Amino acid sequence: MLTLLVTWAKAAVLEVQEYVRLQAATWRAAVTRPFYVHDVVEQFEQIGIGSLTVVVLTGFFTGAVLALQTGITLDQFGARPFVGRLVSASMVKELGPVLTGLMLAGRVGSGIAAELGSMVVTDQINALRALGTDPVRKLVVPRVLAGFFMAPVLTIIANTVGVVGGWLIAVFQLRVASSLYWSSIVEGLYFQDAWMGLIKPFCLGYVIVTIGCHVGLRARGGTQGVGRATTNAVVASSVSVIAVDFFVTRLLITLMY
Amino acid sequence: MAVETRGAAVLEARGEVQAPVLVLENVSLAFDEHVVLRDISFTLLPGHSKIILGASGSGKSTILKLILGLLKPDSGAIWVNGHRADAMSEPELMQVRSGLGMVFQEGALFDSLTVAENVGYRLYEETDLPLDQVRQRVEEVLGFIGLAEYIDRMPSELSGGQRRRVAIARAMAAKPAILLYDEATTGLDPITATTVDEEIVKLRDLEQVTSIMVTHQLRDAFYVATHEAVRRDDGLIRIQPADERKCDEAEFIMLKDGGIAFEGNAAELRASQDLYLKTFLS
Repeated sequence: MLTLLVTWAKAAVLEVQEYVRLQAATWRAAVTRPFYVHDVVEQFEQIGIGSLTVVVLTGFFTGAVLALQTGITLDQFGARPFVGRLVSASMVKELGPVLTGLMLAGRVGSGIAAELGSMVVTDQINALRALGTDPVRKLVVPRVLAGFFMAPVLTIIANTVGVVGGWLIAVFQLRVASSLYWSSIVEGLYFQDAWMGLIKPFCLGYVIVTIGCHVGLRARGGTQGVGRATTNAVVASSVSVIAVDFFVTRLLITLMY
Repeated sequence: MAVETRGAAVLEARGEVQAPVLVLENVSLAFDEHVVLRDISFTLLPGHSKIILGASGSGKSTILKLILGLLKPDSGAIWVNGHRADAMSEPELMQVRSGLGMVFQEGALFDSLTVAENVGYRLYEETDLPLDQVRQRVEEVLGFIGLAEYIDRMPSELSGGQRRRVAIARAMAAKPAILLYDEATTGLDPITATTVDEEIVKLRDLEQVTSIMVTHQLRDAFYVATHEAVRRDDGLIRIQPADERKCDEAEFIMLKDGGIAFEGNAAELRASQDLYLKTFLS
């Protein structure tokens, strides 16, 4: 039993050590030559544009269902006109970043782990190194940059679409006046909320992509290993999204409110 | 630093002095308790071949990974083109690797790139060569291995043999001084394997590429060791049995239990009375 525990602890420490080392190598590679600009642009397109549909759909239905649910609760206090304030505050501060993060974990994290994992088990990563290319520069840096910068953009889109979804429900189902909905959004949102909603996705995008890269590059054992790596990447990055969201929120509340 | 080798002796007899392009000196490597390589030493002269034989798991491919710097030895020294590769950091190794080409076991072609992009990868990504010159070199190399018409195909559209040949083309495109072949013919039918063997011989004899071939396919090992490529007056390339002098330039190394069990030329390997070698060769 003790041996098992020691083995598990060693594996966990090794995993953390390798994750930290990958991040250090990524930061170093991000600020030194050579840069693979073409790959960076390609990843911005794949991660950003490629995730647009799923993020828009998630944002829209989340905003809509939020208006539906809160409408019922607010009715009990005769506060139905304030539905816009609730929808916008929830979307911008919490649901937008987290749900976009979870969608990216499912779509981008798994894709990166599967792609890099396949490259590892078919010796393509070794081939890259043999051809004089640093895999971190060529594969990891473009993905990390794309994840880091595109997650906030996607979150803003999800928030906007979510607020529009809430507006549709508020106007056509809850019969709240359109002007009332929008004015309650403006009144209910503070600058701190907007900052919080904007800062969090940077952290989440970074975490999702670095976990995907780390797990993919450590894949072993053929196609089965790639499958395992993909599952691990989704699980680890999804849990990390929730955990990082909590810690960043805690920090930002301390700093800004 | 120098390790006595047959190749060096041959050169000495001819009165030629050449510096080895590759030296392994007492190299050892273990993964946890499992010793993979123990005190491996050999040298390789320019234009010569080294053929590494051994059972599966005997550490043949590991030697190639050590030479490339993909793995670090626990002890010993590795010199590649005059650079101490085992003591270099990853960024420093990139320069050493520019003088090396590697053909991986299954080809390891980049499956999202076309044949042309695979072959010209190093030239496209790691040099400042103009694109038209890269394209020209890619066409030249693919023409050399007889796959010019496949230039715009994807790797998934090629047969196993074609993929290995494209892998050879990719490895040679940047004109490395040393080419490493990791089981380049394993899993291929005899006819296709012979085509790949011929490419290896052509590169060695016509492009003066030093080669290290790791294999357990004896037929291919002996073919490469005992044949040579010559360009006839009409420009055509002919593969023919090599003379004794040429055969001496191809040395065999047999690995057993992590160490070198035999080192010598094809004739000496065939004549060996060692029981393990005889069993392996039978």
